[in-house]
Amino acid sequence: MPALYELEKAYEASKKDRGFQKELLHLQKTYIGRPTPLYFAKRLTEESGGAKIYLKREDLAHTGAHKINNALGQAILAKRMGKKRLIAETGAGQHGVATATGAALTGLECEIYMGSVDIARQSLNVFRMKLLGANVLEVSAGSKTLKDAINEALRDWTTNVRTTHYVLGTVFGPHPFPVMVRDFQSVIGKETKKQILEAEGRLPDYLIACVGGGSNAMGLFFNFLEDDVKMVGVEAGGRGIYTGEHAARFAGGSTGVFQGTKSYLLQDDDGNVLGTHSVSAGLDYASVGPEHSFLRESGRVDYTFANDDEALSAFDLLSKTEGIIPALESSHALAEALKLAPRLSKDNVIIVNLSGRGDKDVQHVARIKGIEL
Amino acid sequence: MKSRINRKFKEILNKKTKAFIPYIMAGDPDIRRTKELVGILEDCGADIIELGVPFSDPLADGPTIQKAAQNALDAGVTLHSVIELVGTLRNDTQIPIILMTYYNPIFKYGEDKFVHDASAAGVDGIIVPDLPPDEADNLIRLSRKSNFDTIFLLAPTSNEDRIRKVSKASSGFIYYVSITGITGSRLSMDSSIESHVARIKNLSGKPVAVGFGISTPEEAAAVSRFADGVIVGSAIVKKVGDTDEDLRGYLLSLRSAIR
Repeated sequence: MPALYELEKAYEASKKDRGFQKELLHLQKTYIGRPTPLYFAKRLTEESGGAKIYLKREDLAHTGAHKINNALGQAILAKRMGKKRLIAETGAGQHGVATATGAALTGLECEIYMGSVDIARQSLNVFRMKLLGANVLEVSAGSKTLKDAINEALRDWTTNVRTTHYVLGTVFGPHPFPVMVRDFQSVIGKETKKQILEAEGRLPDYLIACVGGGSNAMGLFFNFLEDDVKMVGVEAGGRGIYTGEHAARFAGGSTGVFQGTKSYLLQDDDGNVLGTHSVSAGLDYASVGPEHSFLRESGRVDYTFANDDEALSAFDLLSKTEGIIPALESSHALAEALKLAPRLSKDNVIIVNLSGRGDKDVQHVARIKGIEL
Repeated sequence: MKSRINRKFKEILNKKTKAFIPYIMAGDPDIRRTKELVGILEDCGADIIELGVPFSDPLADGPTIQKAAQNALDAGVTLHSVIELVGTLRNDTQIPIILMTYYNPIFKYGEDKFVHDASAAGVDGIIVPDLPPDEADNLIRLSRKSNFDTIFLLAPTSNEDRIRKVSKASSGFIYYVSITGITGSRLSMDSSIESHVARIKNLSGKPVAVGFGISTPEEAAAVSRFADGVIVGSAIVKKVGDTDEDLRGYLLSLRSAIR
């Protein structure tokens, strides 16, 4: 608890610290490459035959996903707090790569926890983290995926709290993480609003984003919450809700308290956390950011899911029609856009958060298709 | 009315000795063995028994107790069945029993029903490592009404504000975590533990038991010089598969070291 209070205090101070804000803005611009483009996907729009589909190109951010927005913010904060070492959990590897990048940039030591199942399906990112000077620690406990990596990172943080900052990668965990991560990611929505006003002269009808822990979705949604814009969060339907092999917390879960957060949780009758499945490691998680639970309960945001197969088709389709290979996580959001667009008129506008690029998934997809590389 | 744990600490104080508080995981490897182990622990001089409730994601625990929790889950053990077990144990023993459980099983069970069922079965108190007192108002209120002790944790990083808050929320005793870390880590004995424990006793006026990382009789002896109780977990959990003779020998060596 003292570590959380210390972090909360430092984070609140950083919001008012002009030096910190200036450094963050400067790095966002010159290092991450912000603002990322808002791209009108003309051929995808024609293909789906309905509403205009725009893509917020977080895949073009440095390191290939939105994760860097948060990791870099927290790395600078940790450095200012006098911490010597960064640790993080990672599922798909994108947050691990982003944290390793932030550590390299700020000159901090870095260790990344990753489940052994995820290490196997994201070997490219494991090697990237090593190249960036981070040590990757394999977690073979429990389901050997993201939740177990978070458990292990929390255990490490408890042990080394004096010297170490835990860069939690999503809008989850104990306060102040959900708020801090959302704020660092909210640059996505801030830019998107400006860009769509320039492109269309009006706000979009729909925002769509995939939801694992939910940081890219919160980042996109946050600045539109007060506007007349519909929003859809897309969870991982895995092999189908009825099979039990999925990570759709809203469709298949109930309220629980896990890893310091009260939110929707996939759990059994005794309160033990259930195993999850998704083709995408980044969505393969048993709980979801508490603010998403709030937005769902209040009815402000709709939550749905896309199955593995639907995400894989969207992955193929975007690659072929637009020349953009999306992350499997983002492919879930695309799958929902492809279902929604044909039901809307050609004047409607949908913005999909293309949260990451798919290079990391290429080997995994080849394996699923039975192709040897 | 004083709780069974209060009475036990009073008795210990009068005898000018210190409490030996062993921990085992309920249901590791099965409930039948846990019943036997409780008998062995009491025979070997335990004052209070801490029973772990298995959870899928035991955040505060190291590899030994993680493994034990998995064994118990594989045996189908749940918070329900651990409460039932204590009910059965009460036919044979009146030793104070505390459950150490993570919060989500209690949340799912329902705080109200949990406190009711657990105290009716003869459970004397709880330790919930992932529930800070800041979030425990309701559970504390329910527990006070049922004379059910709530034991919260303090760590080497806890400042004075924290100590006051945890002292107020705790009944029975306060659990001082000897290290920043997880169960089963190596203890590093330095004078700061002693001064910290002294400060907590001073500020709270409540008994303070020390746990996490204590495994040898020498360590137990050193800690018992300044703490009111010594908690040994992982080191015992590692030995539950040994012969009863070896296990008894080890427990007796801890018991005689704690004074």
